Amino acid sequence: MSSSVSLHHKGLGRWGSLALLLALAALPFVLTALGWEFYTGVATRVLIFAIAATSLNLILGFGGMVSFGHAAFVGLGAYTVGILMDAGVSSAWIAWPAAMLASAAAAALIGAISLRTRGVYFIMITLAFAQMFYYLMVSLKAYGGDDGLPLPQRSALLGLDLKNDQSFYFTVLLLAALVMAGVQRLLNSPFGWLLQGIKENETRMAAVGTRVFALQWQAFVLAGAIAGLAGALLANLNGLVTPHLMHWSQSGQLMIMVIIGGAGALWGGALGAAALLLLEELLSGYTLHWQMALGLLLLAVVLFAPQGLSGLVRRSKAVRHG
Amino acid sequence: MDWILVAEQALNGLQFGLMLFLLAAGLTLVFGIMDMINLAHGSLYMVGAYLAAATALATGSFVLAVAAAVIGTALLGMLLELALLRRLYQRDHLSQVLATFALILISNEGVRMIWGEQPLMLNTPAALSGPVELLPGLMYPAYRLLIIGVGLAVALLLFLLVTRTRIGMWVRAGASNRAMATAMGVNIKRLFTLVFGFGAALCALAGALLGPLLAVQVGMGESILILAFVVIVIGGIGSIRGALVGALLVGLVDTLSRTLLPAVMRQLASPEVASNLGPALASILIYVLMAAVLFWKPQGLFPARG
Repeated sequence: MSSSVSLHHKGLGRWGSLALLLALAALPFVLTALGWEFYTGVATRVLIFAIAATSLNLILGFGGMVSFGHAAFVGLGAYTVGILMDAGVSSAWIAWPAAMLASAAAAALIGAISLRTRGVYFIMITLAFAQMFYYLMVSLKAYGGDDGLPLPQRSALLGLDLKNDQSFYFTVLLLAALVMAGVQRLLNSPFGWLLQGIKENETRMAAVGTRVFALQWQAFVLAGAIAGLAGALLANLNGLVTPHLMHWSQSGQLMIMVIIGGAGALWGGALGAAALLLLEELLSGYTLHWQMALGLLLLAVVLFAPQGLSGLVRRSKAVRHG
Repeated sequence: MDWILVAEQALNGLQFGLMLFLLAAGLTLVFGIMDMINLAHGSLYMVGAYLAAATALATGSFVLAVAAAVIGTALLGMLLELALLRRLYQRDHLSQVLATFALILISNEGVRMIWGEQPLMLNTPAALSGPVELLPGLMYPAYRLLIIGVGLAVALLLFLLVTRTRIGMWVRAGASNRAMATAMGVNIKRLFTLVFGFGAALCALAGALLGPLLAVQVGMGESILILAFVVIVIGGIGSIRGALVGALLVGLVDTLSRTLLPAVMRQLASPEVASNLGPALASILIYVLMAAVLFWKPQGLFPARG
C-alpha cells in the first residue's frame, strides 16, 4: 500500500450510499416483477457474505492481520443460532446477539494467542484454531456431527415474519447497511487511524506509544463478532448448519473475496463478495467447467488489477480527473 | 496394549511423514528463498498422481508411471514458474495467494476435463502386493516398505544436495539472505526455476507413490497442502532439516493418534463417547501440536533465517 493513500475512507459518500441503499431496497420488487423471485435468495446470500468479508477486511485490509480462520467465527455464530433453536430459543433478539457474543469470545481467545506471532506464522496459527473448531463440530454428534444441524424454522423477530424471503432480505439489508456504516465510522475514528498506522509501520507506532497489541486484539474481537452475525444470518438463510461452514476452504473463500474486492478499501469486502458469488452463479449457468473460467478471471485480476476491483475503480476515477 | 499394532502404526506414520516431507521440502524452499506462498503446490502433487495413474493404465508398468509423473510434473512446474510465478515474486503475499488459488481452480478443472469426475485407480505393482514379515509376528505390506525406503533415500539425497553441493550452497545462501546471495553472483532467477522444477518433481513422486494407497481424484492436493504448510511452519520456514523433523512429527502424531487415541479413550470414557470424540481429537492433535510449537518457538523448530 502506498503512503499516498489517505487514512480517511469516504466510500460512496452520503448520496452515493443512499442511492445504493435505495437500489438494493427496490431489488426484491424488481425481481418479483420480472418473475425471478429465486434471485432474492441469491441477493440475501451476497449481502450476508458482504458482512462477513467486510469484517475480515477490517482486520486483514486495514489491520494487516491475515487471518486464515475467519470462517470459524461465521460457523460459531451459525451454530449458536442452531443450538439455541434446538433448545427451543428461536427469538432473534436473543439468538443473534448470543451468536455475536460467542464468536467474539472465541476471537478474544484466539486473538490473544495468535497476535503473539506475525506474518505467515499468524496465518497458520489462526488456521490451526479454526481447524480445531471444525473438527470439534464434526465430532459433536448431538448437534448433527458431519451431517449438520437442520433448523426447523427461521429466527423470530418481533412482529416480523422472517419465513417470508422478502422480509428476511430486508432484515439482512438493514443489518448490512448498519455494519457498513459502523465500519466506516470506526475506520475514520482515532481507533481506525491507529489500526491503519500499525499496519503501515508497527515499530514506529509502538515507539510513539500506541498500545499495538490491545488495539489489534480489539479489532480482531470486533471482526469476530461481526462474522458471528453473518453466521447467524447464514444459518437462517440456509436452514441448516454444518461443520463445512468452518472448513478452511471457507476461510480461503472469504480471503479471496477481500483480495479481489480490494484489501484495505472500504467497500472491498462487499464488492468482492458480490463479484465472486455472482460470477459463480453466472458462470455455472453457462458452462459445466465454470471453475476454469473463474480461475482464469481471478488470474486476470491479479495480473491487471493489483489493488483489486476497488483499485480499478479508483484508478479509472484518477484517469478521468487526472 | 498390543505392541504389534503400535509398531505397525509407527511404520505407517513414518511412511506418511516421509511422503509429507517430499511435499514440504519443495514448499519450504520456494517459501524460504523467494518468499513466495504457493497454494498450487498441492496441485502439482495431484497432477503427478494423475500422470502416474494414466501412464500405468496405458503401459501397465509402475516404474514407467513413476518416471512419467516425475519428469512430466517437473517440466510443468518449470513452465509454470517461467510463464507466471516469477511475475509474482515482487508482489505481496495476498496477490500470491489469489494467483495460486486461481491455479488450484484451473488445475482441478483441467484434470476433470481430461480424466473425468471419477477417481482413477492406480494398483500396487504385483511384485510388491504381499506382506513381509519384519519381526516374528509383525507382518508389513511390502509396498509400504518400498515407500519408506524411497522416502529415506530421497531425504538423504536432498540432505547431501543441500549441504554438500554448490547448488545447495546457493540455495542456503538464497534462503538466509537473498540480496546478499545475488550480490555475491548467484543467479537467483535460474536457481529458482530449477528449485521449482525440483520441488514439482518431489511432489509428483509423492503423488505417484501414494496413488495406490489413496484414491487419485480431483481435490486430493488441497487437504495434503494444508498438512504440508503445517509441517514447514512447525519445522521453521526455509529449513530442509525442519521440514524433515516437522513431517515425521506430523506423520507420526497423526497416524498414531488416529489408532491409539480411540483405544485410550475407551479406557477412560464410555464406548459411545470414545468412538465419537476419538477421531476428532486425533484430527485436532496436529493443530494443537502446531499451535504449541508456535507458542513456544514462534519461528518454528529450526528457523532458517537468523
